[in-house]
Amino acid sequence: MAVTEYAIDISNVGFKYPDNEEMSFSGLDLKVPKGERFGLFGPNGAGKTTLMNLMTGVLIADQGSICLLGNEMGKQKNAVNRLFGFVPQDFSLYGELSPVENLEFYGALAGLNKQQIKQRIDELLAVLSLDDVRNKEVRKFSGGMKRRVNLAIGVIHEPAVLFLDEPTVGVDVQTRHAIINYLLELNKNGTTLIYTSHQLSEAEGLCEEVAMIDSGKIIARGNIDQLLAEYKQDDLESLFLNLTGKELRE
Amino acid sequence: MMYKLWATIVKDTRVLLRDKVGISLMFVMPIILVVVVTSIQNSTFQLVSKNRLQILIDNKDTGKNSAQMIKAIGNIGLFKVTEMPKGQTNISDAMHNTDAMLGIVIPANFSQRVAGKAKNVSDKAMTSFGLGDSTKKATEAKDVDPLTLYYNPVLQESMRLSVKGALQSALQMVESRETLRTLYFSINEKQLPEKLENEMLNNRTPINDVPVSKDGTKTTPNATQHNVPAWTIFAMFFVIMSLGGVVVKEKRSGSYIRLKTLPTSYHITLISKQIVYLVVTIIQAAVIFSIGMFLFPYIGLPALNPPSDILALIITTLICGWCAVSYSICVGVYADTQEQSNGFAAVSIVILACVGGLMVPSFAMQGAYKTAASLSPMHWCLEAYYTLFLEGGKLKDILNNLLPLFIITLVIQFVTFLGLKRKNLI
Repeated sequence: MAVTEYAIDISNVGFKYPDNEEMSFSGLDLKVPKGERFGLFGPNGAGKTTLMNLMTGVLIADQGSICLLGNEMGKQKNAVNRLFGFVPQDFSLYGELSPVENLEFYGALAGLNKQQIKQRIDELLAVLSLDDVRNKEVRKFSGGMKRRVNLAIGVIHEPAVLFLDEPTVGVDVQTRHAIINYLLELNKNGTTLIYTSHQLSEAEGLCEEVAMIDSGKIIARGNIDQLLAEYKQDDLESLFLNLTGKELRE
Repeated sequence: MMYKLWATIVKDTRVLLRDKVGISLMFVMPIILVVVVTSIQNSTFQLVSKNRLQILIDNKDTGKNSAQMIKAIGNIGLFKVTEMPKGQTNISDAMHNTDAMLGIVIPANFSQRVAGKAKNVSDKAMTSFGLGDSTKKATEAKDVDPLTLYYNPVLQESMRLSVKGALQSALQMVESRETLRTLYFSINEKQLPEKLENEMLNNRTPINDVPVSKDGTKTTPNATQHNVPAWTIFAMFFVIMSLGGVVVKEKRSGSYIRLKTLPTSYHITLISKQIVYLVVTIIQAAVIFSIGMFLFPYIGLPALNPPSDILALIITTLICGWCAVSYSICVGVYADTQEQSNGFAAVSIVILACVGGLMVPSFAMQGAYKTAASLSPMHWCLEAYYTLFLEGGKLKDILNNLLPLFIITLVIQFVTFLGLKRKNLI
């Protein structure tokens, strides 16, 4: 594995969906240092999910390169995929199975052995307060509990980089606090967080660095305090509206 | 790799076992189908062989030939003959009232016309023998008015044709008898002795029917032997109702996308599903065959006789099951919603069963339907099962059925791969 200071290094990336005439991205550059808590924000249709999919290898860039911890995406897929975790917005878990059974399955696919899986399941269910329902079917869970299981699946293999696509959407305040606190704890232990959300107040508490994206272009990038000072705004939401406008999007 | 595969198999098995509706669709429904269809086919068979079709006769003739015609119809053995109820004049109404499936109207001049026709033939024969008066003109014969056969539209075409054939045979018997009697009288000027008449008319050469099997056995096929293998194939394709939905659900939930971000191969997911559901199809076949062999005799149905080549049966079941599973995954990959998957699945397997010969024998199909049959995996599987169950065939006898089935399965797998690629799922 390569040694690098960047968790993500996107260089001159271009991408176009087969059905679209216009490029979603063209000549995009973005670097996220290791250990950072990085937020990616933008209005609907700005390209956040596409960029997230490119960074996680779900989509392959048409031009340029994306390196994860110095390893180019699309090459040595299995080795690279061990380095990161992905928490999608959808509950990509099996409702018929219990949290333990879901984690056993995803843990095995993430490359852990039986003993490691058992140990991680016990740790995660305890820290995410899912121990009492460890053997109950997930489909009977509330939205907040499902979000926690979704998060546990993404981190079961202790990834160095964690991608989170709206990890707290639709949950109550208590669950949001629990999830954010857990993410901060992970970051403290060295995990790089790459996070996207429409909850900008939440992002202010979680992220150190942010990038605003619109129409496939990064329109602002930097430390939250510096950006607020630069654009003379009080909070991230005002900054967001200032940069992306108040017109309704798709 | 093996641990990942094992974990995926465990996951797929758990998901399957918790899908109660899916399991009932895959097991209970096909079993009900096999039992019901076999019972109905068996009762249809018994309707002809034991119970007999009720036939209502409206005899407007008063002569002896019509009486003999009625007797001849009764002697065929297919029918339970009933005379028109007194006071009833319309045969259609009478059929409704008596639940008779068939009705025959014998015209008023039937005996007279049959006798006239016989006299005409006799005169011509006498002249031809040189025994008659060559100057005398043969008796003019008017055509016999047709008998009219009424039938319930429920009666299938094939059954109606059989009935017509049987009635023609009875009519020919009556006409031949009358001709023989007239000719005898013309030659000997006395009545044909009854004993001689019976010898001449009833001494027919018998026809033996022998099923031709590959192993030389002469077991007579029955409704069970025909239906159980056929509907077992249908049952195996019923996995689509569960598996197709599972694949759609995984796609929609984002599980496939998540799998793309994990250090694993999509092959594991596909192989796991194929293993788990192949086991399901084998269990389905084993359960249905066992019901045919052991339960059917207790519910008044003929028992299923297993084929002599069990290895060939297992191989056929494996390939058929694999094809059914591959088809199910393919439908799941292309369908966008579970409703789409279930709707298409239900209709497509019925169409495949129709063109594959499960509902109409493929040997009776013509032209394009024959070609369509060869594209249905169910057709090749059915041919293989029939060779084993009905003809006593061995593995070598079904290789020409298994090869196309195998090729169709590979084509389905390739189409699935294209779908997964196109939808960016792998």
